Amino acid sequence: MIAHHILTVTVENKPGVLSRVAGLFSRRAFNIVSLAVSPTDDERFSRMTIVVDAETAPLEQVVKQLNKLIPVIKITEVAPAEGVERELMLVIVKAAAETRSQVTELTAIFEAKIVDVGYEAMTIMVAGEPDKLDAFSDLVKPFGIVELQRTGRIALPKLSRQPTRLRAVKAVRA
Amino acid sequence: MKLTGAQALIKSLEMEQVEVMFGLPGGAILPVYDPLIDSSIRHILVRHEQGAGHMASGYAHATGRPGVAMVTSGPAATNIVTPLCDAYMDSVPIVVITGQVAYSVIGTDAFQEADTVGITMPITKHNWLISDAQDIPRVVREAFHVATSGRPGPVLVDLPKDVANTPMDWYWPEKVDLPGYKPNVKGHPRQIKDAARLIMEAQRPVIYAGGGILKSGASRALRELAETTGIPVVTTLMGRGGIPDEHPLCLGMPGMHGNYTAVTSMQKSDLLITLGARFDDRVTGKVATFAPDAKVIHVDIDPAELGKVRRADVPIVGDVRAVIEELSKAIKAEQQKTGGASDISPWLAQIRAWQADYPLRYTQEDGGPLKPQFVIEQLRENTPDDCILASGVGQHQMWASQLWKFKHPNTWINSGGLGTMGYAVPAAIGAKVGRPDRMVWAIDGDGCFQMTAQELVTASAERIPVKIAILNNAYLGMVRQWQELFYEERYSEVYLSPDLPDYVKWAEAMGCVGMRVDTADDVVTTIEKANEIDDRPVVIDFRTDWREKVYPMVPAGASNDDIILGPEFGEGGH
Repeated sequence: MIAHHILTVTVENKPGVLSRVAGLFSRRAFNIVSLAVSPTDDERFSRMTIVVDAETAPLEQVVKQLNKLIPVIKITEVAPAEGVERELMLVIVKAAAETRSQVTELTAIFEAKIVDVGYEAMTIMVAGEPDKLDAFSDLVKPFGIVELQRTGRIALPKLSRQPTRLRAVKAVRA
Repeated sequence: MKLTGAQALIKSLEMEQVEVMFGLPGGAILPVYDPLIDSSIRHILVRHEQGAGHMASGYAHATGRPGVAMVTSGPAATNIVTPLCDAYMDSVPIVVITGQVAYSVIGTDAFQEADTVGITMPITKHNWLISDAQDIPRVVREAFHVATSGRPGPVLVDLPKDVANTPMDWYWPEKVDLPGYKPNVKGHPRQIKDAARLIMEAQRPVIYAGGGILKSGASRALRELAETTGIPVVTTLMGRGGIPDEHPLCLGMPGMHGNYTAVTSMQKSDLLITLGARFDDRVTGKVATFAPDAKVIHVDIDPAELGKVRRADVPIVGDVRAVIEELSKAIKAEQQKTGGASDISPWLAQIRAWQADYPLRYTQEDGGPLKPQFVIEQLRENTPDDCILASGVGQHQMWASQLWKFKHPNTWINSGGLGTMGYAVPAAIGAKVGRPDRMVWAIDGDGCFQMTAQELVTASAERIPVKIAILNNAYLGMVRQWQELFYEERYSEVYLSPDLPDYVKWAEAMGCVGMRVDTADDVVTTIEKANEIDDRPVVIDFRTDWREKVYPMVPAGASNDDIILGPEFGEGGH
């Protein structure tokens, strides 16, 4: 995985917002690794999880430029080490009678799930950290991948494991 | 009260105290042009939609109030894309209203349909497509708020024809509610204190004043800061006039065609006090070698400018005027506490020496070809102090910025960031509409003039007496200069001919007074004649020396250390 930043961006749930965000990235020559958009518990807002290629984009500029978009309400940066990242993949793997058991075995090892079975292929759902999805697709490749789709990652910050009053206070810059 | 969407739009503009708008009607915007007849708003009918956008921009520059343009859908909307982009680059508050095909047929490739909101998304501060007539007052209120607050900029409101015809219940929103838009005006006190300390310690400080000074009305505050500290000021292309050129601490324009002292003082500085400027490549030259010893204080209302090009030692987000005022206070407090700043008199002496050794130079020989610089200097001498000057883009723009003595803020209107040829004529018209009490001149090139001259028909019809000085060197002069210097004098497609078109006849055909000047002797008398005409536009065709180049010059991509002074300073001019 290339060096990346994860931004979770709360935006107003209005037409054209995705286009504004995507347009900003292309105009400023920042590369998006993946992008996931979903509703939130408040219907006025949506949440975008944007994984940005850290080499093409100085994080500070990305955040500042995003903040200038009027429908952008809030941006949270999740450093890869300080976040919980998950992604979902659906993959159709060739699995005729002679290889089916091997594919099924891999599916079990990865705690993945077979969600559809055809005469010569199976659709498998894998959820987990993006690395795990990469590993699974590498391993099933020799059997033949018919189609593969990933959702792009979503992320939230890791929770503190200390009681609130004991949590270390970040040093204020002098 | 029931109104149609169109009536609500006009009423909303009136509520925003719009007095004048620039536009051209067409199919999709027709419903809005009907209630306009009964409105107090003056409408100026342009001849091309690009003119409407630049007029709105000139109006905004001259008055400090948002300029408004209204055009129809499709080709009209695409014609106003250039002014939007221009205003976006130069942070000019304009509000553009475009007609759109009926909401019910959007997406069907209807007649004169264009995705105006999509096209203008990256070149507006924000834009809106209205789907419900009930939203019109709220959107107009938001549009004006966004255009004029924070870092100003252009906004666009796209109004489908059926929405304009739909009845709505009139209301006027008491306040704007945009949860994602809260510009930070007040600088952080601790950062201001840090900045004051850096200023006190600096040995070779320079104030680097940009367009933000004029946008925030900070001229007086800037002058006070300079005088309190004795620190010299460079004014960028967009910041010219932010402090009067005749002020002893004003060093003039830095950058690619800046004067030697302004360029070199920044280059040798140990502290750049950057106020509403953005380290544009035309100012910095090669960024890696720009002002290598300088610490940077950077004040801007747009947080994204801080650290974008040059890291700031003390970044301050805030309105430039508010921050300068706080900064002056902090410096005075510091001065009382510590008994004064470090002695910068050797630095000022060095600057004075540069000014004496490397002034801007050109030679107008008796009976020789007419020098463009001479025309500009004579124009300055023979116009009022508060004369507003507009310009296009190219050599004439650089000479005007170098040689004009700006005595008041907001008297210089030009296209800096986008470099839009053809800006001068419509911008001057917009400025004159906004400030009819002022004399308005445009200095234009022959190439630029041909791009938007048709707006002089607008000016004649509306009795807007602007004055245009064409520096006619029969070339796309700046391009020619680069071909001469960097392409071994291989001139490719830059010759325009001095006589085609006949500028005097063209001016007369457009209802203007046209005059032609070939020699230095006739310059002043012709300017005086032009100044006396107050009932129609005037165009003067100055036949200037095509050989003349703009110096000093820092070649594109070169370091500011490698400034070329030009032939007036001997062989090579280094």
